[in-house]
Amino acid sequence: MEDFETRECDVLVVGAGGAGLRAAIAASEYGAKVALVSKSLLGKAHTVMAEGGVAAALGNVDERDNWKIHFRDTIRGSKNLANWEMAKIHAEKAPDRVRELERWGAVFDRTEEGKISQRNFGGHRYPRLAHVGDRTGLEIIRTLQDHAVHMENIEVFMECTVSDILKSGNRAVGALAYYRSSGKLVVFEARALILATGGIGKAYRITSNSWEYTGDGHALAYLAGADLIDMEFVQFHPTGMVWPPSVRGTLVTEGVRGDGGILVNSEGERFMFNYIPDVFAAETAKSEEEANSWLKGEEGAMRPPELLTRDVVARAIMTEVNEGRGSPHGGVFLDIASRQSPDYIRRKLPSMYHQFKELATLDITKEPMEVGPTTHYMMGGIKVEANTAASTVPGLYAAGEAAAGMHGANRLGGNSLSDLLVFGKIAGQCAANFAQENSKVSPHGKEIKKSIENTLEPFEDGDENPYQIHQELQEIMESHAGIVRTGEELEKGIRKLEELEKRLPKMHAKGERKYNPGWHLCLDLHNMIITSLALSRAALERTESRGAHTRLDYPDYDDELGKVNMIVRPGPGGMSVVRSPLLKMPTELKDYVLKEVV
Amino acid sequence: MKRKIRLQRGELDNLRLDEFVIEVEPGMVVLDAILLIQATEAPDLAIRWNCKAGKCGSCSAEVNGEPKLTCMTRLSDYPEDQTLTVQPMKTFPLIKDLVTDVSWNYEVNKQITPYQHTEGTGDPIMFQAEVDRVQEFRKCIECFLCQDVCHVLRSHDMKDEFAGPRFMIRTAGLEMHPLDQGERLEHLRDDHGIGLCNITKCCTFACPEHIEITDNAIIPMKERVIDEYYDPLKWLWNVVTGKSN
Repeated sequence: MEDFETRECDVLVVGAGGAGLRAAIAASEYGAKVALVSKSLLGKAHTVMAEGGVAAALGNVDERDNWKIHFRDTIRGSKNLANWEMAKIHAEKAPDRVRELERWGAVFDRTEEGKISQRNFGGHRYPRLAHVGDRTGLEIIRTLQDHAVHMENIEVFMECTVSDILKSGNRAVGALAYYRSSGKLVVFEARALILATGGIGKAYRITSNSWEYTGDGHALAYLAGADLIDMEFVQFHPTGMVWPPSVRGTLVTEGVRGDGGILVNSEGERFMFNYIPDVFAAETAKSEEEANSWLKGEEGAMRPPELLTRDVVARAIMTEVNEGRGSPHGGVFLDIASRQSPDYIRRKLPSMYHQFKELATLDITKEPMEVGPTTHYMMGGIKVEANTAASTVPGLYAAGEAAAGMHGANRLGGNSLSDLLVFGKIAGQCAANFAQENSKVSPHGKEIKKSIENTLEPFEDGDENPYQIHQELQEIMESHAGIVRTGEELEKGIRKLEELEKRLPKMHAKGERKYNPGWHLCLDLHNMIITSLALSRAALERTESRGAHTRLDYPDYDDELGKVNMIVRPGPGGMSVVRSPLLKMPTELKDYVLKEVV
Repeated sequence: MKRKIRLQRGELDNLRLDEFVIEVEPGMVVLDAILLIQATEAPDLAIRWNCKAGKCGSCSAEVNGEPKLTCMTRLSDYPEDQTLTVQPMKTFPLIKDLVTDVSWNYEVNKQITPYQHTEGTGDPIMFQAEVDRVQEFRKCIECFLCQDVCHVLRSHDMKDEFAGPRFMIRTAGLEMHPLDQGERLEHLRDDHGIGLCNITKCCTFACPEHIEITDNAIIPMKERVIDEYYDPLKWLWNVVTGKSN
């Protein structure tokens, strides 16, 4: 058998973005010996791309804010599909997690009184997002990174990719991984594992996500026998760049709208007033006049419709474009130049200013941007228990974007950074606790051998180019499981995915094992196909439109489907989709959701 | 439109420049060109990248000899008939093609005394004007281009004696933090070699985040070190009182 090294640890954390780092810190504080495995260099994970802020009801800018309203906003934004226990824990704990970052050296923007400043964002009743200009994610990941590297019992393995979870019986007991830089193999023997691998956006062509986002955790968990949940819900962020082609999909932060930016069609109309859903009518401005009094900061003013939830805004933009009122390159206009002073824009949105100046030769302090929807975030993922972050496989935990339940059918902006802090910590503690209570079991040699064979298979003969397969996959997902869907299109897409899946064994990695992206892509594609199939099959099963999932053939809510989550799990006959009733929310919490003020 | 691009390929014992001709799309950046070549002609071409939006600092390289983030460098910045040459950062050991081993930087970071919070009652109060400077340093995306161009590291390879500009601003961000209580000056002088910087500002010119590394971080910290260790009055006081340096 091929050589490999063996590393032992109590807790193996797969992924070193915000969730993985926070989990590693928590596990290490609990006394566990932690191996933190990162597909990229440390500090480069997708968390750096989070721009607008971290949602936490600190009440620094509007003292009426509290966890109950944050909970209410999260459930409303999720179109009632979120796991209420997770939403409650999240809203309660987020302020502590943010304050803790400050004690670890994070430097958030300040209010005039010298407290952490908070900005408005879509779906949040009050200004709630603690932020650092438009580079909040960088601040958070750097703070966590610098904190973690000084902890003695965390060992970091950079540019190391997990290709398989190793089990003993039903329990997850380790993983096989390869070092990208050398191509050498390593077996991690662990008492508990945490998957914090992020999202799946690279299955789509137009996306704000990096090459890393290939659904690794989703697929690894599925193959290990874990349940996935809410896979039909993919967030298309309303504002990605649309021009020039090479940057199509690159994120334009919601902070632009939070700081007063407006959406305008080719006829100069501020069209979002035409798209206000009933559930948000009571808190949304109905006219430009009302919306302008909000921008001036007048007491009791209602929020502008540009700050409706992302699913609503993304669909509105698509409708405008489809009905012929789009911008020259197939988006709409996002205008902050006429709303705020150049100084303010450069101070609050510095990276947007540079991004457009350098990549699109456009000065956002003078001209409107062109924007359109881009695949951004996976609401669906590994089903976890709210209090422990445990998956349905013993010893296997998940946190951050790879886990699911917290956001239901639509995630509010700012709730992902808080999610990864809150549940990263819970996952770290509970995995460490599991490691303490369960003795070590080594993975079986036969299983290791099989994993190694699978991992090295792309070097065998074959004539398929993985880059070509990837491009075909992205086209399928873009056209059959995109922002609007129909049963017929989804079925076609699923058939094409199944055809593509058959070609995977013929993929060939040219060259040596040392730093070979072609080989890495071959392995990533297996994960992308599994997640794409899970996503499409769950989407086919949900015959209604809710949140980020829009079915043209079922344009309305279906009350019965509003009471269930879709679970995807490996069955004896292959992948199966089953319905699972929502947890029953206590009456007191239901009251919060219905009220305008709590 | 077509244009030529040359990429350094291979490892130390078999370095070569491979030339490719690519079809250019509007707005294309150097990283797009490299990824296009990878997808169509050179599937095992090694390049490090992530966000493709100038926020993660992964895709640093030398384009026509200049330090650049390849995701933020547009092909149209160079004359159409000019062949572009992309090479890896020279200051770090080569792994393969355009990828270098930057792990030394992570080791240096571990040596810096971490943030030491001033515990008080209630939430910390800091005013924006107090943290503006610290926030400037915290914009750093760790692309390591400043390390790449710093001649103390690049020409003299003094990695054992000098931490480099990246870690000067990391230290400055801690030293100038209103609520930090850590002591780093001795370390900065003795282990991280701040005296070795002779303020040629190469790092500042290379920084894609436009951080004033030399003026705002290194020079003020050189002054702090001098005040602490080379102040003649203080020296005299120490001699008189019997305290040593």
